[in-house]
Amino acid sequence: MNYLVNNFDVVAKLFLQHLQLTLAVIFFSLLIGIPLGLLLARVRWLRGPVMSVLGIIYTIPSLSFFVLLIPLFGLGTRPAIIALTAYAQLLLIRNWLVGLTTIEPAVLEAARGMGLNGWQRFWQIEFPLALPMLLAGIRLVALSSIGIGTIAAFINAGGLGVLLFQGVITANYDKIFTGALAVTVLSFAANYFIRYLEQRAEFRIYGKRI
Amino acid sequence: MSNEMISSTADTNILPVSESGEIVFERVSKSFTTNTNPAVDQVSVKIPAGDLVVLLGPSGCGKTTLLKMVNRLYEPDSGKIWMGGKEIHTLPVNELRRQIGYVIQQVGLFPHMTIQKNISIVPHLLGWEEKQIIDRLEMLMQLIGLPVSYLPRYPRQLSGGEQQRVGLARALAADPEILLMDEPFAAVDAINRERLQSELIDLHGKLNKTILFVTHDVEEAFRLATKIIVMRAGKLVQYGTPLELVTQPENEFIEDLLGSSNILRKLSLVNVNSILKARKNQSIFTGGSQPVERPGTVLHPEDDLRSVVSLLLCSGRDSLPVKDSENHLLGTVGYSDLREMLISNLPSE
Ligand SMILES: Nc1ncnc2c1ncn2[C@@H]1O[C@H](COP(=O)(O)OP(=O)(O)OP(=O)(O)O)[C@@H](O)[C@H]1O
Ligand SMILES: [Mg+2]
Repeated sequence: MNYLVNNFDVVAKLFLQHLQLTLAVIFFSLLIGIPLGLLLARVRWLRGPVMSVLGIIYTIPSLSFFVLLIPLFGLGTRPAIIALTAYAQLLLIRNWLVGLTTIEPAVLEAARGMGLNGWQRFWQIEFPLALPMLLAGIRLVALSSIGIGTIAAFINAGGLGVLLFQGVITANYDKIFTGALAVTVLSFAANYFIRYLEQRAEFRIYGKRI
Repeated sequence: MSNEMISSTADTNILPVSESGEIVFERVSKSFTTNTNPAVDQVSVKIPAGDLVVLLGPSGCGKTTLLKMVNRLYEPDSGKIWMGGKEIHTLPVNELRRQIGYVIQQVGLFPHMTIQKNISIVPHLLGWEEKQIIDRLEMLMQLIGLPVSYLPRYPRQLSGGEQQRVGLARALAADPEILLMDEPFAAVDAINRERLQSELIDLHGKLNKTILFVTHDVEEAFRLATKIIVMRAGKLVQYGTPLELVTQPENEFIEDLLGSSNILRKLSLVNVNSILKARKNQSIFTGGSQPVERPGTVLHPEDDLRSVVSLLLCSGRDSLPVKDSENHLLGTVGYSDLREMLISNLPSE
């Protein structure tokens, strides 16, 4: 515990770096995943091939993925964000797609029959009804990015992984413990915050859960 | 009175698609790639404005397909569909749909929106003012017989029958000329179904909308319809009033469908109102002698002829007066009417 007390500003800086990395990954994942998921929901035959590719990407070991990206993007946060965003697509799109495709067909038929255009159907009907599943996907993305993000310290992306790597090299257990504790706190906080948003979105659709 | 109230709210906002709610199908056909036989095959039929026309036929005969071509959820392969003198494909599709009420069996209320939001969605799209929408909401709730206190509720907090009423209110929200209903009461229990049916008859009387109603339930069809279209394997088999279908079935298929070889069954399908109307239109039925005005059994327009028989037998008279709910005398119906009705091929005589 000594390490944390004596180096609080260092830990806080790395904590914020880690949070930033995670938020960046969520942002870029949504940027790609939302439209791609929509496309897959509309074009059924694309689902199989695209999901297989995303599955294969997901199985690449993280350390080698980071290292493979160095020749292309150099060291730092950029290859880290790219790799984590690539991993995130499987988790995000799978959930988003389930959310979109499990909307009751009668609801969509009614919306079409009433004269809502494609854009109105998306914003007023599909998006709010698939939102709980999308948030569940975002939660998985956040948790996996926080976890795998520690390894990104290896390619100079910063974050709480720095404490872990340095602790291992210098055999400073206090430092390792502090790093692990900070990662856990971040994961729990992210999990509970997004879970709270999920429940609010669910509540609007399903009412009170027993 | 209520009729004017209902239509006046919308006048300033809707560009009328048609002066009247007349629908004309002209040799309309539609095939699905998965099937070799067309789902709808060369259907031509004219649905007069203000009628409640029922599409009747066995499962898979193309009723839903025909219906969905009116609001362009399906596009015909060939043929034309006219609404009040305008071909429907000359209009932007969403503009067309916003002016046609659409009610389906599974209701399809939006689960994340309150009843209020569900009902007011089309008026919002059409740019109605808030005040106008609120007035309309109150009127619609009264029309479908639900308290205004339901407006802030969510669909999941309503029973199936109540949900279907809201579905009807939502379809009527922007005061469309035309209402398309695809087996709207099929998923409701028998008691509620009968209530919804009489409410629809009432509502049709008040609002004077053109209603195209799909069902495969023969009793329902005969209860509701001013005219019935019978379909089979994509083709129109017969189009006529309930009385015409019973008295002059086109072929054995219709007879089998109605079970009209059985006299009591035949009587149960036709109501007193049909007799009065037929008498007025064609002066076929002469009716009984003027009854002596004395308290006793009275018939109502919606009574079926089977119960008329039993009432006649019980009262020991040859004919009985028909009175509406406000106790106005509409005419008389008696044994002579029943006898005439049961002799087929009346108009050819
Ligand atoms: N979307 C579709 N894709 C392929 N075939 C269809 C589609 N919709 C209907 N069909 C076929 O067209 C025919 C007519 O179907 P339709 O739904 O119009 O029947 P229906 O009279 O409404 O029957 P039901 O009383 O069971 O609702 C059937 O053979 C059906 O299989
Ligand atoms: Mg159908």
